[in-house]
Parts: sequence; C-alpha cells; structure tokens
Amino acid sequence: MHNFDFVKPSSIADAVKAMGQDGAQALSGGQTLIPTMKQRLAAPSVLVSLTGIKEMQGVCMGEGGLHVGAATPHAIVAREAKSHYPALAALAGGIGDPAVRVRGTIGGSIANNDPAACYPSAVLGSGATVVTNKRKIAADDYFQGLFTTALEEGEIVIEVVFPIPEKAAYVKFNQPASRFALTGVFVAKFASGVRVAVTGASQNGVFRWTDAENALGRSFNAQMVSGLTVDASEMIGDLHGTPAYRANLVKVLTSRAVAAAG
Amino acid sequence: MTKVSMTVNGRAVSGDVEGRTLLSSFLREGLGLTGTHVGCDTSQCGACVVHVNGQPVKSCSVFAQDVAGAEVKTIEGMANADGSLSVIQQAFQDHHGLQCGFCTPGMVMSAAALLKENPKPSEQDVRHYLEGNICRCTGYHNIVKAVMAASGQDVSQIAAE
Amino acid sequence: MPKDHGIGASSKRREDVRFLTGRGKYTDDMAIAGQVHAVFVRSQVAHGRIKKVDTSNAAKMPGVLAVFTGEDFKDVGGNPAGWLIKSRNGEAMREPKRPVLAHGKVRHVGDAYAAVVAETLAQAKDAAQQIADDSVIEELPAIVDMAAAVANASNRVHDEIPDNLCYDWGWIEDNRAKVDEAIRNAPHVTTLELVNNRLVPNAMEPRASIGEYFPGTGDYKLTTTSQNPHLTRLLVAAFVLGIPENKLTVVAPDVGGGFGSKIYHYGEEALVLAAAKQLARPVRWTAERTESFLTDAHGRDHVTKIELACEKDGTFIAFRTETMANVGAYLSNFATVTPTFLHGTLMAGPYKVPNVYVNVKTVFTNTAPVDAYRGAGRPEATFSLERVIDKMCRELGLDPFEVRRKNFVTTDMFPYTTPVALVYDTGNYHATLDKAMEMADVAGFETRAAASKAKGKLRGLGLSTWIEACGIAPSHLVGILGSRVGLYDAATVRVNATGNISVMVGAHSHGQSHETVFAQIVADKLGIPEASVEIVHGDTSKIPFGMGSYGSRSLAVCGVAMAKAVDKIIAKGKKIAAHMLEAGEGDITFADGKFSVAGTDKAKTFGEIAFSAYVPHNYPLETLEPGLEETAFYDPANFTYPAGAYLCEVEVDPDTGKVDIVGFYCADDFGNIMNPMVVEGQVHGGVGQGIGQALLENTRYNEDGQLLSGSYMDYAMPRADDVPFYTVDYSCQTPCTHNPLGVKGCGEAGAIGSPPAVVNAVIDALHRGGFTHVTHIDMPVSPSRVWSAIHG
Repeated sequence: MHNFDFVKPSSIADAVKAMGQDGAQALSGGQTLIPTMKQRLAAPSVLVSLTGIKEMQGVCMGEGGLHVGAATPHAIVAREAKSHYPALAALAGGIGDPAVRVRGTIGGSIANNDPAACYPSAVLGSGATVVTNKRKIAADDYFQGLFTTALEEGEIVIEVVFPIPEKAAYVKFNQPASRFALTGVFVAKFASGVRVAVTGASQNGVFRWTDAENALGRSFNAQMVSGLTVDASEMIGDLHGTPAYRANLVKVLTSRAVAAAG
Repeated sequence: MTKVSMTVNGRAVSGDVEGRTLLSSFLREGLGLTGTHVGCDTSQCGACVVHVNGQPVKSCSVFAQDVAGAEVKTIEGMANADGSLSVIQQAFQDHHGLQCGFCTPGMVMSAAALLKENPKPSEQDVRHYLEGNICRCTGYHNIVKAVMAASGQDVSQIAAE
Repeated sequence: MPKDHGIGASSKRREDVRFLTGRGKYTDDMAIAGQVHAVFVRSQVAHGRIKKVDTSNAAKMPGVLAVFTGEDFKDVGGNPAGWLIKSRNGEAMREPKRPVLAHGKVRHVGDAYAAVVAETLAQAKDAAQQIADDSVIEELPAIVDMAAAVANASNRVHDEIPDNLCYDWGWIEDNRAKVDEAIRNAPHVTTLELVNNRLVPNAMEPRASIGEYFPGTGDYKLTTTSQNPHLTRLLVAAFVLGIPENKLTVVAPDVGGGFGSKIYHYGEEALVLAAAKQLARPVRWTAERTESFLTDAHGRDHVTKIELACEKDGTFIAFRTETMANVGAYLSNFATVTPTFLHGTLMAGPYKVPNVYVNVKTVFTNTAPVDAYRGAGRPEATFSLERVIDKMCRELGLDPFEVRRKNFVTTDMFPYTTPVALVYDTGNYHATLDKAMEMADVAGFETRAAASKAKGKLRGLGLSTWIEACGIAPSHLVGILGSRVGLYDAATVRVNATGNISVMVGAHSHGQSHETVFAQIVADKLGIPEASVEIVHGDTSKIPFGMGSYGSRSLAVCGVAMAKAVDKIIAKGKKIAAHMLEAGEGDITFADGKFSVAGTDKAKTFGEIAFSAYVPHNYPLETLEPGLEETAFYDPANFTYPAGAYLCEVEVDPDTGKVDIVGFYCADDFGNIMNPMVVEGQVHGGVGQGIGQALLENTRYNEDGQLLSGSYMDYAMPRADDVPFYTVDYSCQTPCTHNPLGVKGCGEAGAIGSPPAVVNAVIDALHRGGFTHVTHIDMPVSPSRVWSAIHG
C-alpha cells in the first residue's frame, strides 16, 4: 500500500474542505477500499475518514421517510431500521459478515456502487433520495453503471432518505466465495406502484426490472412474474454463473421477494 | 509518522504510525501482540478479528489512526484474570475446536462477540455468525459445537459416535 | 467406560493452550533483531521471454540493500523432483530445472524472476514495483489446456520438451492387453469422462520464511512454514545452494496448516538464505494471500476417461482409465508420484476386480505447479471409481449398495493382491458399509425424500466406498519405483535423569495433535503420566531425522518408530533393573511403570531406573553404557490401508440449483485408535475439504493463463454455514497387521471418501426429480452448473 496522509474530520464542513486537496479520497468503513489499496489499485495521497462525523451517523424517521446517515455501519442499520423498514434492516444484516457490518457503511457502499453490492438495490428499489453536501439526487439518477454514480469529484454522500413502502423484501443469492450478491432482488410495493431493483446480475450494475414492476403493479403476486422473461444478453457471465443462470435467478428471486413481502 | 494512542487489553498504549499502518500491523509489529493473525488481503478470512469498543472488527481492514482512542481487545486479553482459559477458550479445548490454531484467535473473538449479542445461539445462528471466519482444518463441526457448549447448551447429542 | 488417559483416551490437546491465548509462534510472528524484508518480483504473464531485468534504479531506492535476479542463481542447483517416473516405453520422465528465480523465461503468473531486500517491507515493495516497471518480458502464447499442450508441439513451456509431456505412464503395462480384451468382450461397459477439479490448498497461514546467517561460525538457519524440515534442509542445502547439511538448521515452528502445500521446498526459502548470507542480516518474507494463490503448489487437476466393464448383474470385470494430469509449469517435489503411484495403484478400490489398467499422461502448462494435496492421487482414483460405479448402477437399474457388496474383497481373502500391485493386509468393507447405512438411516430415506418433495426440494442419497494407501513405504520398494528418498521415519526418546521424557520426532505437527497423541502413546507404554512426556518436533538441530508429515504417515510411520524407541528404553531398563534387583534379565517384567522380578514383590519404578542410568552408582557399567536415550528408525513393511463407507444426503433446490448437505455419515476403519477426539477432528476436516472440492472450490485459469480465482473473493472456501454436523464412526477396526500399534492413519480419509458421495447424492436427487438426462456434473457442483444441467 502506498502511504498517504490520514485525516479524520469531525464535521461535514471539514470533510468537504479536506476532500478539496489533491489526491484526496473519502474513506468510510474501508471494507472494500482498504483491500483495493493493498493491491495498489487505489493510491490516494490524502485519506479522509468519514467515520468521526456524528452528523453523518444514525437512523431516524423524518421528512420523506427513513433517514440513514451515510456513515452508519450496516450493523446499526440492521438493528435500528428494523421497526421502521424491516426489509432494509434485513438487507443490511445480510451484507458481508458481522465484522464487516461493524465497519462498512451505506455511504461507502453506494459511493462505490459495486455491481454485486446489496445496498444499491435497496436505494433504487425504494426510490430513495441520496443527499450529498451539494444536492439531493434521486436514486434513478444516482446509479450510472458499474462503479459509476452521479457523484462529482469531492462530493460526499451525507445521508440516504428512504420512503417507506407498504410491503418490501430483499432476497439475495450469495456468490459462494465473496458472499456478495450473485444476484439480489429488492421488491417494494408503494401505493403508487411497485419497484423492483436487481443487483449482481447485470453488466450495467443495479437496474430496475420494469416488466416485473408493471406486472406486479397490476397484482402484487409472485405468480405475476412467472410468465416474464429476462434478457440474458445483458447479464454477467463469470465463473460463478452463466448469463442464462443469472437471468433465471432474477426471476426466481423476484418471485421469492414478492412472496416474502407478503 | 503520527502518534496514535488507544487502550489494548486494558492497557494504555501508544506508538508512531504511518497513515497506512493497519490496526493488525500496529498490534503485531508495534505492540508484539502476534496472536492476531493475518490470513488474507481481502477482509474475508477473519483470522485478524479483534474487538474495537466491544465490537468485532477485521483488524487488517482498519487503519490504526481510525481507531485512535478506542478500547481494543485481542486474543491475548481473553483469558481470565488469573491466566486460566475463559469459558469460550476452554470450550474450544474441551471440544477440539482447533487444529493448527491459526484461525483460532479470530474464531474466539468472533464467538465472544456472538455470545454477547446472542447468549443462546442455535446451530444455524453460530454457523451464520461465523461466515466471516475461515477455518481449513476442522470442517467447522467442533467449532460450532464449542461455541454452543460455551453458551451453556448441552452438545452431547450432536452427531458423532 | 472411555479411557481417561493413555492410548485410546480423548486426551485434551496440550497445544491448544498456547493457540487459544495468542501465544502460538508461527514463522511470521518471529521478530529478529536486525531483520530486513524480501519481496519478490513476479510475472504478470503466464508465459514470456525475459528480455531485460534492469535492477539499477531499484538498487538506488531508499532502504534497498540487495537485488537479485535469475542470473544470480543460474549456476546453483535446481529444486528437484522426488520421484523419477518412467514412461510406458521405458524412457525417463522429462525433468526441467526449477530455478530459485526464473531466468530466460517466466512460466506462470506469479513466477518470481527477481527479488529485492530492503530495510522495510514498504521499501522492498516499492523497489520490486520499480524492477517490474524496468523489465521487459515478451509475452508468449500461454499453454493452459492440457490437450492443446500435448497437441501443439511448437508452443512449449520448456523449450527442450517438445510436446509438453512429462511422461506417459502405464500401470500395469502387462495388464493392458488383457484389460482391453476384457472390455471388448464384456456384457456391459459404462464410460464416464470427468474432471477432477484443481484446488488451491489454502492453509490459513500463508507461507513464510526467515533466513539467517551467522558469519562467526558460517552457520545458516532457516525458519519456515514446512511440514518436513529435514526434507527441506536436504533439498535447499544439498540440491540447491550447496550448503553442507551440518551448517544449516531448519526450524518449522508452529505451522498453520499444510494439507500438502508445505511439504515442498520453494525458491523463496533459498532466496532468503542466500540474501541473509550476502547481507549478514536476517531476511524475512511472508506471502500475501494472493501470492499463495499464485505460487503454492495446487492439487488434483486431472481429466479422466474411465471405463467399467461388468456383467449384467453388476459383477466387475475390468476398469480402464486414461488420465491427463496437469503438473503446472515446473515439477514440484512430489508432483510426479502423485498422479502415478499414489493414484494408479488405488484404482482397484476395495473391489475384487480382476483386470485394471491405468494410463496417465502428465503435462506441463503455464500454470502454478501442481502437487500432492490432502489425499494426493487417492481422491482422484476414488472419485473416478465411485462415480463410474454409480453411473453403471443407474444404467443397469442396480442397487448401488448391493453392487458394492457383491464386489467387495471379503475378509477371508486377506492378504489380497490387487491387479495394480498393492497387497491389502486387512480390512472389512462390508462392516463399514453396514455401519454407514445404519447411521444414515437409509431405510428411512424415502420418507425424508417425500418431505423434501413437499416443499419443492429434491432429496438425494450418495454412496462412496473407498480405500487408500497410507504411510508410503517400504523404502526398497519405492526405490525400485523411482523414489529418490527413503520413506522411513525416526524418533529419539530421551529419558531425563528425573524420569521425565523428551521425545524428538521426525513427524511435524501442523494441526495433527502430535504433541498430545504421541505423548499419550509414550506415557501409556511406560506407565507414566502424559504430562511427563514432551514431544519435540520441527527443528533439525534437535530431532534425529525425519521425513515429516504427509500421506497420513505420522502415526503409522513415525509413531511406530517412537514406539520402537520406547521398546528399546524398556529393554535397557530391564538390564538396569536386573542389575539393581540382582535378578536375571529374563526374569524382569515391565508393567504399569514398574520393573519387577517375576513372582516376587521386588521392583524398581521407572523413575528409579532412569535416575540410576544417569547416576550410575549401582549400575552394570562393564556391560552397559550409562544414560537412557534411544533412537529408532522405522521403515514399514507395507502401506497401511484405511477404508470406509461414506453416505451423503442432499437437498437440491431445482429453481436455483443450490445444493444443501443435510447429512454426512462416515464409517471408517482406521485400525486401532490412539485418541478418538483427534481422529474425529481429522475426519471432520477432511470431509469439510472434500465438500469444498465437490461443491465450492473452482480454480480457473483463463486462456491467457491468468488465475481468475486468485482470492477469497472468487475462490469459494467452505464456510461454517456451507457444511453440516458430520456423523463419524470408527468402531469397525481391523488393526494393521504389520505395525505394532495396529494403526493405519486417518488424516486424508475424509478428503478421499467424500467428493464422490456428494456428487452421487446430487445426481440421485436430480434423477428422483425426473431429470434423468443428467448423468454427471463436474465439480464443483455449483448452483449454476446444477441448474444448467437440469435445463441442458
């Protein structure tokens, strides 16, 4: 790992200032970034830890739904979001392993936008709003492909605001080695309609499966998915699964998520 | 170099570290606490698990400076005050929950975190909780058994013989 | 009532206390004053010609003390192969030199072609990167696929080996025509083509080495992660660096698992020693996990076609196999024997099949070296046999249990000579099968299958009846077969003046529990407390000699050497006792820690005899030397033959292809049992690895020779939630007939017997679900592969 200056601001303002330096990189829980730095695939000259900023931590109900501070570790979300948004809490409680959940944060996850990460599906599937130090970004605009987001240089995610659906569930099929999602489907039923977000499967990262949304919008029932097809040509093929297999998982897991949502 | 201070196994310690110094390096090389092991580069194997402020953390994936001021507990701090094995450690010995011993420190630290959260875990609870700790020797059978035994559950009916 | 001490007791492990409290001392835990750090510059390409390695910039970087390239080692020896295998045509195998650092060419991703030693690890890494940047390696087409490697004579891993073939081996060549004819004329022949998947051993402790040189005496010391320090000393001293053996001490301290991968000598060990001498400072290196994936010797990697000829009632007539075995880019120390004698000789299984012929072509490729991994050859043989038998049963509609029973070698047939030249001394294969079926409640399976079906799952039951050959020996035989070393082991029993005992053993414990179990044996034989016996291992300056631990040999070979040394102690004790008790030596008996004059109450305790041996005031000095220390070397008369029956029960989710193991049952015959708790642990661990091979572990190189599964992000290690509790039994015991402990070895059994049981169970589940078109799925039987097979 290349060396760097480590700074740990205690306010968003100081963090933004620190991020203005050349070669600055935000560090959240570090569960992905640190392994990447060990491989020398990332070599920031200043690392700005966001874990000391109190105003970026915690889970609470507020305007627009559930506010989750970007620096809130998965373990806290799993515990504290349970009564407000059980599907989100369950998703957070299934990321990585217990030690990873103590460090990893929602902000770090969605800033990185790994195509197999769990959180992007919840954010997109809930139609959440990503709040940064500069603006509010709708989930539909935020995720822009593999490891790509609407975030600009130096922009920091402050919190994510989740509207609370009537029903929701996340079903994840583990990639057997990394325990990331080989495919994961987040289904949320709102009064206004159904959102289905899929992670792990597509070459373009997390996506909404609109055919399923339309079908489930007509009737929120697992059987509504059975007649649909998923285009395998857009799916990832790797040593853990073929594109056709992932396409199948999208369908199977969507049905299961609908059933689990009740 | 920056001076970092924290409490490790109840003892106030400090040392000079670089930005890139990982907590695992600080413990192993800085403090000579080599019970914490490093078995991978990707935050997967769990041999390096320690407790930071009472919670399990993979010490190879956190910078020493990021946990400045924290209470850290390592495997060296897990025995009883008189030096005898703690309940969890004793259960690992009683039920042959270790062979080569390399993953063991992380296993014990994770098991301790689990039992704090869930004092009577089921078999599935234990298996699920330990998914971030890889053991290549035991096939996990006796680890799971040891953790359940440490929680006071009767494990005499578990498979074998 | 279970025993509470000595042989047969589940004594708790004494080594646990240090491991549980963080006081174990593994190689990387050693901090030595003045130490400096080595980092290797490794090839990023699978195959390339080294055009330039420019170290001049790196040498000037901060903290850099020395740089090394392949040129620096081209005149020292290569790391040799331990066995010379001959091809069917009588030609010796092709044996390219394996250098400390590559020169001329790099031959696999991770092949080290330079090294840097610097004051700090970070400085060494920076300089290594500089060397990589300043080097020119012309990439050549990678040779990855074995069939293509042999077919394409123009693209060579080693320029001097035209067809990339190490050897083309037949076993037994005299059987060939007879087997061919038997198969031609057989009423039924089942054919199966399969892959035995390449595995990365993944001991949790990465390899590490520290070299030291002491200019005052000219002595060297190597602290290293080794399963067999004496073998490493022999290889690095005599073959590679040319150091006199008596000037090199090799210490393998606490070692965090090996599973085969730490048997071998690796170039990093030679480098740290050479660098330590040049710098007169301790030089250390510890592998990162990625380096382990790229450079530890891998396991398995066979592509096999097996044919089983039988009568319509399932009576076996002949087995014939053709295998291509991947040896990787260089010959690791046991790479040539693993796919041959450790594989072909087991191809009769526990069956009375009259005709067997095995052909193995071993092939060089631009991949990491492949060598013995837990089981080593025997899992490959077992998998081929047990899978093809399962397929045959389905083709002919026969009961897999009955077919095994019909073909088992029976207890009245021992000693039994197989058509592939082994002599099984004893066994009872029916007994272990019956036991396994009882444990697994085979009778209740249909009820459980119906319950699974009701929840949309497919339940299956898979059987594997296996045999292995352990404690490889005797030396005169293996010498004829091509071994370049002897395969005995040694132990010294040193009775101290106060009666406690130090036992120096050649076996090395890296999880096997020798410190506890060996002490149990010595204590039991001498009638003294276990706590009075200390087992010393892993240091060539302390132990007499030893071949280390692999091939389930520690107890069956070294343990027996130790028992024989104890017998010598007792024999000498009797002489001392006879003198002290003024009796004839023939009248002295030894039991429960006492030397007694038969028929009298005159006796001396073991402690009194020991004291007398060191304070020989009343001692037969004219006929007997003082002191009480004995060494024994033991070269077994035959292999040992553990065997057993494994049953695996699975549930398959047909929608996702996910396989859950819901029950695993092992009935093993290990002969006599020294410590039941430890035996169970060994079986659990082996089965865990076997399940890993069967369901999870997928070592994949792409066509460019890049390892796609080079970290735990892509190489699926079994985790706690991937496996069930295992049901283990070892009550069927036919003691080994040719060693005095009656032991057979248990370390590899689980890894040998389990993979076919798992795969057979999955196939069974799919057939019960109506997917009868699925006749085989290659390992790992991943969800994607199961789903694709169902829909294929």
